[in-house]
Amino acid sequence: MTGDGTTAVIGTDGLDALIRILAARGRTVIGPTVREGAIVLAEIAGGDDLPYGWGVELEAGHYRLRPREDGAVFAHSAGPQSWKTFLHPQRERQWAVDRQADGALVVTEDAPPPPSYAFLGVRPCDLRAIGVQDRVLAGGPHVDSRYRARRERAFLVAAECTEPGATCFCTSMGTGPAADGGYDLALTEVAEDGDHRFWVRAGSDDGASVLAELPRRPADEETESTARRSVAAAADRMGRTMPPVDLQLLMRETLHADRWNDVASRCLTCGNCTMACPTCFCTTAEDVTDLTGDHAERWRRWESCFDLEFSHLPGGPVRESGRSRYRQWATHKLGTWYDQFGSSGCVGCGRCIVWCPVGIDITEEAHALNAERAAGAGPDEVPS
Amino acid sequence: MTSARPALTPFPYRVVGRTEETPDTAEIVLEPVASALPRFLPGQFAMVYAFGVGDIPLSLSGIGGSRLTHTVRAVGAVSGALHRLRPGETVGVRGPLGTGWDLPTAAGHDLVIVAGGLGLAPLRPLIRTALARPQGYGRLNVLIGARTPADLVCARDIDGWRTAGARVQVTVDRPDDAWQGDVGVVTTLLDRAGFDVDNATAFLCGPEVMMRATARDLAHRGLAPERIRVSLERTMHCGTGHCGHCQLGPLLLCRDGPVVTWAQAEPLLSVREL
Repeated sequence: MTGDGTTAVIGTDGLDALIRILAARGRTVIGPTVREGAIVLAEIAGGDDLPYGWGVELEAGHYRLRPREDGAVFAHSAGPQSWKTFLHPQRERQWAVDRQADGALVVTEDAPPPPSYAFLGVRPCDLRAIGVQDRVLAGGPHVDSRYRARRERAFLVAAECTEPGATCFCTSMGTGPAADGGYDLALTEVAEDGDHRFWVRAGSDDGASVLAELPRRPADEETESTARRSVAAAADRMGRTMPPVDLQLLMRETLHADRWNDVASRCLTCGNCTMACPTCFCTTAEDVTDLTGDHAERWRRWESCFDLEFSHLPGGPVRESGRSRYRQWATHKLGTWYDQFGSSGCVGCGRCIVWCPVGIDITEEAHALNAERAAGAGPDEVPS
Repeated sequence: MTSARPALTPFPYRVVGRTEETPDTAEIVLEPVASALPRFLPGQFAMVYAFGVGDIPLSLSGIGGSRLTHTVRAVGAVSGALHRLRPGETVGVRGPLGTGWDLPTAAGHDLVIVAGGLGLAPLRPLIRTALARPQGYGRLNVLIGARTPADLVCARDIDGWRTAGARVQVTVDRPDDAWQGDVGVVTTLLDRAGFDVDNATAFLCGPEVMMRATARDLAHRGLAPERIRVSLERTMHCGTGHCGHCQLGPLLLCRDGPVVTWAQAEPLLSVREL
């Protein structure tokens, strides 16, 4: 990757140009924009669509936009959506089957030309989340080819985090606030009066070639050190932490904890956390037929492990209680994900905390489990 | 047309045979319409698709050339539709998926094959494979439990297995007037099975409660948990490790199972609602 190491500084005009150049290269540019009281991810046409001067106020079960005086464009942390909305869409057709007059079935695999996305403003935590889904959907013996096609064609513009929210804990998860690879371009914002600028690094040849077309100036030491300082400072400003223990082991050793009853008494099993989570990948198969009765389709759509039907067996669901369903989600995210896919399933973005209608906080639950383990009966079972 | 990705897109298979096994269970024999799937190993499973209804994981109760045999009990929408199939109709099949019984690693061992109810179906290719090479294994025990004599699947195979050298014992929970055999749970047959715990491998398939009781009994008798293999059931939508439904703690059963060792399964199955 000869693009590595290419750096420059761009202004807000450069950011506008970046969007237009990516669009001119045939890409669908998705970035943050303000809609209906939230910063959402949607197709953008230019710099004017970006959320200049908007920040967010986050707490458990709480999300509000608030104006920022510094006019910063990337000083807002995770919103209600994540990039999986585009890479692993909520609903997708997988194949179709037509029944011929003689009863024969003709199966057609759905392989529409994948969109060529450019994602602008991908947080380091979300870059890691994309990496996590890559391992789940395209890293095993069977590859989701539609996911892989979208992923391979996607151009990622990271925005390092200089403004973590009160629900963020990427420092605990080792996933931010700095971007350390996996991007085509990385930006770090310096929103100073009179010189609103971005320190840019290319992480791929494609990134370097886009950077070469932007109005830019050489990277100067002052911009670079200010940018690095803000990212380093962000690491110390996380609103949440995870207990500093081996979380995989903590999950394995607390399967019988009383705390699961406590959280179950608050959890509505609505599944919001799984929809907002940037790594949750579970889906359900949906089979439909048209009115002729001779054309059938297989769709897959997002599904939540909080749904009672998720663990359906002829004798009844395996996980009937709310306790077991919250435990499945949390222990998968923080524990068994390592066994299945070689990493944590949590990147510390805090979305599940913000978008929980009753404000359940996975970091608080982990601290409570850790305290119960320390206080209590000692470890109980389940080796991997 | 069919794709070259047999795990992800179904291959058309035609029903070429159907036999009623019990009032709610039928054996269906499938033959590829065009391309055949790669060869299945005993214990692996296929995702079988009933047109317009959906697909479910089904183990193979018979593997012969490119022919696939499944034993289907009508319990839900898809299994009901598959159970109603008639010769000439077409289904979609994906596979082979999951882990198998891995019989070769039991070479030279006494085999203890324990089935509960429909669980005998996925063990049948294993029994046939072992009987085809009797010199490769020690004593072959087949212990079968069924609710009632009428619920016994693969019943017409049993005499042939005995003739070929297997020691087959059958017990039922509820006998009918004609029943002259054993009555009680399948673990009661273990006393009469002939195997050397230091040189045996067990293969278990049936309801979870039956496998748990049998595996604990075998382990109590001294059989190492690593030498006890169980075939676990969880719902599956994709069979390819992408849908998340078949998780059992650290395991994705479509990928890491369905056949796992009791050493893996015991701690997981002892956690309620895991």
